[in-house]
Amino acid sequence: MAQTILPFGPQHPVLPEPIHLKLTVEDEIVVDALPALGYVHRGLEKLCDIRDYNQMVQIVERVCGICSKIHAMCYCQGIEEMMGVEVPDRAKFLRVIWSELHRVHSHLLWLGLFADAFGFEALFYQFWKIREKVMDINEATTGNRVIVSVNQVGGVRRDLSAEQLRWIDAELKVVEAQVRALRATTLDDYTVKKRTKGIGVLSSAQAMELGAAGPTLRGSGVAQDMRQLKYAAFDRLDFQPISYPDGDSWSRCAVRYDETLQSIDLVRQAMARLPEGELSVKVKGKPEGEVVTRVEQPRGELLYYLKGNGTNNLDRCRIRTPTFANIPPLVVMLPGLELADVPVVVLSIDPCISCTER
Amino acid sequence: MPIPTKQVTKETLVAEVLQLKNAGWRIVTATCVDLNENEFDLIYHFDKDLQMEHLRLTVPKGAPVPSISGVYLAAFLVENEIQDQFGLCFDGLALNFANHLYLDDEVATTPFCKFGVVRKTAAAE
Amino acid sequence: MRLGPMVPTVVKNLISKKSTRPYPFVVREPFPDQRGELYCDIEQCIFCGTCARKCPSQCITVDKEQGLWICDPFACVYCGTCEEVCPTHCLHHKGAWRPVAGERQMIEMKGTPPKKKKKDAAKDAAAE
Repeated sequence: MAQTILPFGPQHPVLPEPIHLKLTVEDEIVVDALPALGYVHRGLEKLCDIRDYNQMVQIVERVCGICSKIHAMCYCQGIEEMMGVEVPDRAKFLRVIWSELHRVHSHLLWLGLFADAFGFEALFYQFWKIREKVMDINEATTGNRVIVSVNQVGGVRRDLSAEQLRWIDAELKVVEAQVRALRATTLDDYTVKKRTKGIGVLSSAQAMELGAAGPTLRGSGVAQDMRQLKYAAFDRLDFQPISYPDGDSWSRCAVRYDETLQSIDLVRQAMARLPEGELSVKVKGKPEGEVVTRVEQPRGELLYYLKGNGTNNLDRCRIRTPTFANIPPLVVMLPGLELADVPVVVLSIDPCISCTER
Repeated sequence: MPIPTKQVTKETLVAEVLQLKNAGWRIVTATCVDLNENEFDLIYHFDKDLQMEHLRLTVPKGAPVPSISGVYLAAFLVENEIQDQFGLCFDGLALNFANHLYLDDEVATTPFCKFGVVRKTAAAE
Repeated sequence: MRLGPMVPTVVKNLISKKSTRPYPFVVREPFPDQRGELYCDIEQCIFCGTCARKCPSQCITVDKEQGLWICDPFACVYCGTCEEVCPTHCLHHKGAWRPVAGERQMIEMKGTPPKKKKKDAAKDAAAE
């Protein structure tokens, strides 16, 4: 059989962001996939040379548009650890609330895009309609819709009033009911199962070896979630990672669907246990030393390596985003698939390319 | 305060990494840090049951480093990234983009270095 | 024939109110405390330049001699850092964002300090 090389992307109907895959196909079957990056590389890590460590908070937020809050939180945690700053309790809980809200809207966005990938437009719009409520919560409580800028080194910048907490609670009730109503469609529908069950299988041994992260790892039956590290206020919340054993696209979808509901629950828990107190502490001095911090982003484990040299500017700010870790598993998953399944599998790792390339 | 790391050398790197792999560690990533005019720090991060282990390799600029992509295939992406940004070349990369993972053909500099370096592969030496 | 599980949702959407609004004719009120367009209460401004130094996107230029405060709204990231660091609390965000513009317009504000008239000074300061 003669081999053909098909370009997949950088512009492709299912891809929200540009990534190029060179697919070698034999007839309709993919035999090899080669990723090509570099369409949205911005060099944000290097900006730490000219921006001071406080300004970097706003810069790392822009690594990713969907989980900006979580990037800033991870960065701030790193700097705080380096400088020995203890963040007030209320700030920790507020960080959890906003980061879980980000996870909810990110997963809803992904569930919509995934529905779009297998051609279920009605489900796509339904999920995005639900997501709009979460975006409104972000906008009303933080002042910005997507890149919320609520973190600072030493705490958070905005507070939630009792009235706002009640309103968030009421809105989340609606969101939860609407998401639950779509469970049968997302996970049990005949067409959806036909397109996702057994497609793009990644065994748990493969996932571990290839360094998969987040829902891709948990969809392969490895229950590892960085929130188990009990950063921020997760030590005072009830939390168990969600995992599904099959390792196919359907499992990854199920993990994300369940995590959406779990995150809503975590927001509720954090709101119920929100202590009174200060929002931030004053940070004195300059960061010096090395630190590695990890948090769980909607797409998986996010790692920051920060190195300070006692000046206002950091020596090195290294960001390892989850999609970066999930590209090798993707390259391994693709061979053997039919061409028509490629978009579904590519989306099933929730690729965030601007994260990957920074 | 520096993070707790285990110092390795070019010769022992691959063996150490293989040992970690056999013990069930997952590779998280590698970090390259520009130390001074002559040296890079390469830090490899591994994870097992939420614990982290770091290997530190201090290498002179301009000399190639053995690739660990033969042990962990997943390392090819980060090693290509370091190759692009720091001009540090890796020997035996499983999938070598030859400095074109992010960069275009016409880019001859190493954008992430404070002090520019000349790329040197094992073949060029 | 069996109905898919999506059908009740679709029927519900069909008979319920639209979830979008006819935008240019109906505009939603901005939420309180939303970070919209930046402005400066120029009479209170002391032209210290703290906002310009702390801004992560470096979109603010302050000219002490001319008494000029200039913000590039195309570079501004609406993070609110300037608002917080201002010693006289003269910077604020409006509720709404700037409307779409056909060409680049700077937010330029002229205050009281030394009243010299020299239009090019702002450009010189930016070039430096």
